[in-house]
Amino acid sequence: MNSSKGSLRRIWFFMKGKRLHYVGAILLVITNVALQYVGPLISSWTIDRIITGGDMEVPGMVVNLVSSMGGKEFIAANLWFCALVLALITGLRGVCSFFQAKLLNTASEYTVRRIKDSLYSHIQNLPFDYHVKAETGDMVQRCTTDVETVRRFISGQLVELCRGIFMLLVAVFILGRVSLALTLLSLVLMPFAIFFSWAFHKNAAKQFKVVDEADGAMTTVLQENLTGVRVVRAFGRQEFERQKFSDAIDKLYAACKKLNNMFAFFWSFSDFTAVAQQALTLMGAMYFVIEKDMSYGNFLLFNSYIGMLIWPLRQLGRVLSDAAKMSIAMGRVDEILFETSEYKDETPQNTKKPPIRADIVFDGVSFSYDSLPVLKNVSVTAKAGETVASLGPTGSGKSTLVQLLQRLYDCKEGKITIGGVDIKEIDRHYLRSRVGIVLQEPFLYSRSIEENIGITSTTPEPERVREMAAVASVHDVIESFEEGYETLVGERGVTLSGGQKQRVAIARTLMKDNDVLIFDDSLSAVDTETDAKIREELNTRCEGITTFIISHRISTLSGADKIIVLEDGKISACVTHQELIEIEGMYKRIYEIQSMVETVEREEGTLNAQN
Amino acid sequence: MPRINEEEFVDKKVDFRMWGKIIRYAKPFYKYIFCVFFFMSASSLCDVLNPLIMSHLIDHNLIPQTWDGAPLYMALYVAVVFFQIVTTYGFIRSANAVELGLTTRLRRLAFDKLQTLSFSYYDKTPVGYIMSRLTSDAQRLSDTIAWSCVDIFWSVVFMITAAVIMLFTNWKLALMLIATTPFIAVISYFFQKVILKNYRLVRSANSKITGAFNEGIMGAKTTKTLVQEEANNKEFYGLTENMQTYSVKAAVFSAIYWPIIMTIGSIGTGLILWQGGANVLAGVITLGEFSFFMTLGGYFFEPINNLARIFAEVQSAQAAVERVITLMDTPSDIQDTPEVVEKFGDEFVGKTENWPALRGDVEFKNVTFKYKDGQTVLRNFSLKIKQGERIALVGETGSGKSTIVNLICRFYEPTEGVIEIDGVDYRERSQLWLHSNLGYVLQSPQLFSGTIRGNIRYGRLDATDEEVEEVAKMVDAASFINRLEKGYETEVGEGGGRLSTGEKQLISFARAILANPAIFVLDEATSSIDTETEAMIQRAIERVLDGRTSFIIAHRLSTIRSCDRILVIDKGEVVEAGNHRQLMALGGRYYNLYTTQFKNEREAESLSLLGVKREAEE
Repeated sequence: MNSSKGSLRRIWFFMKGKRLHYVGAILLVITNVALQYVGPLISSWTIDRIITGGDMEVPGMVVNLVSSMGGKEFIAANLWFCALVLALITGLRGVCSFFQAKLLNTASEYTVRRIKDSLYSHIQNLPFDYHVKAETGDMVQRCTTDVETVRRFISGQLVELCRGIFMLLVAVFILGRVSLALTLLSLVLMPFAIFFSWAFHKNAAKQFKVVDEADGAMTTVLQENLTGVRVVRAFGRQEFERQKFSDAIDKLYAACKKLNNMFAFFWSFSDFTAVAQQALTLMGAMYFVIEKDMSYGNFLLFNSYIGMLIWPLRQLGRVLSDAAKMSIAMGRVDEILFETSEYKDETPQNTKKPPIRADIVFDGVSFSYDSLPVLKNVSVTAKAGETVASLGPTGSGKSTLVQLLQRLYDCKEGKITIGGVDIKEIDRHYLRSRVGIVLQEPFLYSRSIEENIGITSTTPEPERVREMAAVASVHDVIESFEEGYETLVGERGVTLSGGQKQRVAIARTLMKDNDVLIFDDSLSAVDTETDAKIREELNTRCEGITTFIISHRISTLSGADKIIVLEDGKISACVTHQELIEIEGMYKRIYEIQSMVETVEREEGTLNAQN
Repeated sequence: MPRINEEEFVDKKVDFRMWGKIIRYAKPFYKYIFCVFFFMSASSLCDVLNPLIMSHLIDHNLIPQTWDGAPLYMALYVAVVFFQIVTTYGFIRSANAVELGLTTRLRRLAFDKLQTLSFSYYDKTPVGYIMSRLTSDAQRLSDTIAWSCVDIFWSVVFMITAAVIMLFTNWKLALMLIATTPFIAVISYFFQKVILKNYRLVRSANSKITGAFNEGIMGAKTTKTLVQEEANNKEFYGLTENMQTYSVKAAVFSAIYWPIIMTIGSIGTGLILWQGGANVLAGVITLGEFSFFMTLGGYFFEPINNLARIFAEVQSAQAAVERVITLMDTPSDIQDTPEVVEKFGDEFVGKTENWPALRGDVEFKNVTFKYKDGQTVLRNFSLKIKQGERIALVGETGSGKSTIVNLICRFYEPTEGVIEIDGVDYRERSQLWLHSNLGYVLQSPQLFSGTIRGNIRYGRLDATDEEVEEVAKMVDAASFINRLEKGYETEVGEGGGRLSTGEKQLISFARAILANPAIFVLDEATSSIDTETEAMIQRAIERVLDGRTSFIIAHRLSTIRSCDRILVIDKGEVVEAGNHRQLMALGGRYYNLYTTQFKNEREAESLSLLGVKREAEE
């Protein structure tokens, strides 16, 4: 975990380019505080020197100005001048606030933007394997909630801290010159107020967590009730559900109530320290006026400064407890950013771009996930333009075999060559742009179907999108939607069935200019007839493209030039369909089922004579 | 760019009728609102009293430099100040009580409402929308109402008392101060509106970024295979750039707002300093009175500003009000008649003593069913099913077989015609009566957070532990449950997420059997179950359906074959009917469907058998 100092250094790093803005903003905060103190000074001077004829200490500059204008009498006759100065200073503060906000927010929003941008691009560059294992919910939380915590700190709390400290210093300086004793009296309760606020906010964080959990529990009951509405109704469990929700909401109510009461106590208690401080100062000041001849103007000065100080100082405790939260959040963000990107090892030697339309050779390839062997010494050759099909039970390693071709993983032993070039020396982006793969559970982006299919090109031609959709046998389906190709996919749009998703994904991959095409069981959710139709279309279009097909349907596999039967990470057979049905084995057994249908029915005596 | 719904970011006109309805929902909390009123009035009176006491101290003690009479006023000052702390505590407690109470009440009522709404509502309303009505919308409304009350009460009482006292003290000075208020009101309102609009833009930009992160993370693998990293980055950078622009704009705008108000306010103070100071010099008013004006002048603009802000806030919460009220006012398409409720009880609690036993004869008499959009699914459909019959419904997606099942369950009601159960129109009995006699197993099994035991017991709440375990054994679920470390006490996770689909399916069977229903409805699962589990489920089905009227939307051949009657449905009509042998002999649709399906099943079977064999060898 980062220390507070470490996370400040990280923030400073991301701020590069706008650091001056931030420093400028802090300087303006200080100017603003100074101006804020001038307002009461002007009123106090005016009242003291002009109206009550007191002897309040006034800087020489002001005295000179007053005498050059015609002395006290002139000012007394023209009090509007003081009023104008007062309004002007407030106006000037406004100008300061404006520039301060501009600089501060420019710097902090820029910093946050850089953090988000780095996160986003870094996440995309993390290895395939990372994403297979990643907990997406937690990652999204780090990218959003945690970054927001950091943002709040740099755009607000850090500045508040500076303001509070500076206000204190200036107040002590100005008031101290009037009366040191009275100044000390005015601040005597402050450390206590700050400590109390710090301790409270640290403590409140625990109750916040309780509330969050209760809120989560309530949401779960609600969500399950809504998604399971059919079950609830079918069993007539409305009353039971009502009770369940009621319990959850009662818990939430109690947790919130406790938190609210804590805050009610906090605010009133911290008000208490504030007003106690104010009353103390007031009495002290009265004592000094009545017994020690302090001027009435100075009395006003103390009174207004104390009012100004209380609020920011009360905030200090909170800021301190938030600083700790920021540090944790920054640490969580960094955990993602410090993961190694898959492109980190790139050199000119391993970013070659050879032609991909060439023979692909697997030479003694072995691969294991976390020491669990998946491929064992696999050797196979796919000539350019050949179709290679692969069959095997779940977990036999057939997906891994084709994923190696896009360098989603790199093999541990043996090597894969394309046109004689070791695949590990080929540029990943280049390789992936030439090798098209359709995953079994493809992800569609939440945009229109048209945009999804055309995503690989910057300006997809609508005709080509429709053509490829037709090849993937999904054109008619899309047209049947109310909004056709404009239909939104995903959370906020329509939910496509598994088969429809797969076909859209096929169309999307076909939009690319491929040298190699891989179908990783990507027609599993499509019915047999459509499957056949798609393959037929593909055969005529993919002339010269090396194709890999993984499927468990014999009909899908039978047309391939070569069929690899994978069992337990090893190739148990690698020949054509004709040869395979001659050999005793899995393939033959599955093949024979087709003719079995008739046999079974005949045995049962149900087959109609006309068949 | 990921698209998002913009509804929540649109400005709406304030409809006070809607707010009136919401405020009526707050009726149980009127007493707390009154407390808020009491405390805020007291608090604002203190805010006026304090400067008054000060002004007395100035005139009678500070200027003459004497303690005479000071202790009394000082004590008064301290008393007022401490009383104010009490009011602070009091109003926070009361406002919280209103906020929390109203949120909770709205959620409870909305939840009850949701339990009575029919499926036609659920079919067209995404779960996420309903969720946000009960969570964020309800919260936001209560928050707005409770804290607006706080500010309104304080502002109004403060303005009135301050104005009255000032007018009595010196009407000229008072009018000067009051004269600045209209400007402040107008400027405040304008600024608040723009500020809220700006922040809405920020929120909208932010939710796009969250969406993009979501997609970037979930779709990372696909993005890699399509080499979309650069394109995605570019798009994302566009989003964050927008966010930066909007945020800076919003922040700068709110940063100048307050100083402008302060400046106008300070014009008021300046005027007082000028005219009041002259009055003091002329001996018209005392220094104490002057200081009273100076203090009040310092925050007389605050109430105006508050009121302007509240109005802007109410405006921006309008959409939330409409969403909540719409949900509350949605009528249910399926309701028991008052007579039925009178005799058999409502949707929550049934008068079971009046319930007749359900045997299980079901008859569709000339049933027509149309969706609300006019699409006709069934037309003049008749069908008679005897108690104990096992019916398979076969047909393509959209053929109407799900509708038939939904009608039987009374999740929908016929548009025309009648459905009779045991010879009586089912609308003459309560929904709860039918549902309590129904066993229902869904294609995608739906479990609830909690233990396995709790989930099975959902079928019959008063079942003993032994009964629960007995049904689990009956469907062969006991074997996998006993393998789990905590057995029946295992937590299944949200929606049953910690169990596999097959395991969830078995539990949902057990749950249905425990209910001991007269009518069984089974929407059979098609995929994602391994051979072993499939065989178990098959055996479970056989036991479960024995002797009960059952309707099966079937995909698996073995299930279909053993049914008494198979109905092939197409476009809302029965095109073929009969048992397996009869339909095979017909050589029509069923024959085609069966042979294709058979091939596929056997292929898959051989493959997974191989997988099982391999595992066994290891």
